[in-house]
Amino acid sequence: MAEYKLTTPLSDDVAEKLRIGDKVLLSGIIYSARDAAHKRMVEGLNKGEPLPLEMKGAVIYYVGPSPARPGNVIGAAGPTTAVRMDAYAPRLMEAGMKGMIAKGKRQEAVKEGMKKHRVVYFGATGGAGALIAKCIKRAEIIAYEDLGPEAVRLLEVKEMPLVVVGDAHGGDLYIEGRKKYEST
Amino acid sequence: MRTIQAEQVTEALAKLAVQINYHIGKDMLDAFDKALSTEQSQTGREILKQLQENADLAAQGELPYCQDCGTAVVLAEVGQDLRVEGDLTDAINEGIRRGYATGYLRKSILADPLRRKNTGDNTPAVIHYSIVPGDKLKLTLGAKGGGSENMSRLTMLKPSDGEEGVKNFVVETVSVGGANACPPLVVGVGVGGNFEKAAFLAKKAALRAPASRNADPFYAAMEDELTERCNKLGIGPMGLGGTVTVLGVNVEAYPCHLVALPVAVNINCHADRHGEVVL
Repeated sequence: MAEYKLTTPLSDDVAEKLRIGDKVLLSGIIYSARDAAHKRMVEGLNKGEPLPLEMKGAVIYYVGPSPARPGNVIGAAGPTTAVRMDAYAPRLMEAGMKGMIAKGKRQEAVKEGMKKHRVVYFGATGGAGALIAKCIKRAEIIAYEDLGPEAVRLLEVKEMPLVVVGDAHGGDLYIEGRKKYEST
Repeated sequence: MRTIQAEQVTEALAKLAVQINYHIGKDMLDAFDKALSTEQSQTGREILKQLQENADLAAQGELPYCQDCGTAVVLAEVGQDLRVEGDLTDAINEGIRRGYATGYLRKSILADPLRRKNTGDNTPAVIHYSIVPGDKLKLTLGAKGGGSENMSRLTMLKPSDGEEGVKNFVVETVSVGGANACPPLVVGVGVGGNFEKAAFLAKKAALRAPASRNADPFYAAMEDELTERCNKLGIGPMGLGGTVTVLGVNVEAYPCHLVALPVAVNINCHADRHGEVVL
């Protein structure tokens, strides 16, 4: 289990060296998107429309923050459950996405896509909404403002604490980690 | 007959909604401490420390503990010798509306499950009334996260499935859905009653402190056994592997029909936000 400090956008080389269980402090620009934004992005792609963000090397964070207090960058901002985005994730991998930040298990089609396109799935601590918000230094809505908490935001993060939970080699920490501690 | 004003209910609930979203209860903080002393996985311990740090940050009052500020679940125990001047249900919803607005809490409630438009104020609450002796109003408020709720299940077992069938269903529910429900979990189990009663009992159990025990030694022993079995699953904090998957399993039971054995399992995440106020 290695520890890395990484900056976005992510390259293929970086994606390939990461293994499940590795700890990552991630800095740079990431983008928030969840259910409704994913649906809209993929529908747009299928119609040949451009994406609202540069997807090459991008890291997408599945999050719907609570409202920011006046003067604050953002409200609590922990990850949401990934599986609801599984129907859309492979299409975004084709478009160049290199990383996803969320929580929870993924379906086979997503894991296959991650191998094929060399994509990493990072786990953030679910429910640690206040802690993660402290790593977010800037937040701006860049698309789909009508979706409210589900709008696509550009987030500038500094040393966001993550664990590699799915790697580009088929590794799945939800399976491997559990095996290690399961007893009868 | 004692009288209180609806506005008192609104004010108390608004305050409670903010309180529970920023200050995770002592019962949960104690459970985190205990978990940290037993968790064998290093990653698991690091996650538990993050939860403690998160709780400290939230308690400063700027950021709620979790961005999913939940469905407002209200257990209203109304004393039969109490009169509320005004509309009690409206007063409860107004309290939620006010608390979620002034507390900068996320509004997650949709007006319709299929047409899916947000009501914008986190109402209506899910309210369960009961009439009790006395002249007080006791309000228990849970801010129930959606991710863990999605991993909850109910089944109608055969009486022949017995105690073992109940326990297996609980462990299987945690085994299948636990990793996605933000563990370490508080698991609420409702046994008996009928279809809807079992679900209600499970919710009540999920809002109990994780270290609490059923007053009936039979069910208290079942709680201990279920806690141990769930923690052998290996799921661990955030599902990344470890020996603390649940902080506690709470069981509530109720008489039931001779052909029936309903069991409901309501999963609560580590952001088990609940509190009560008596008026």
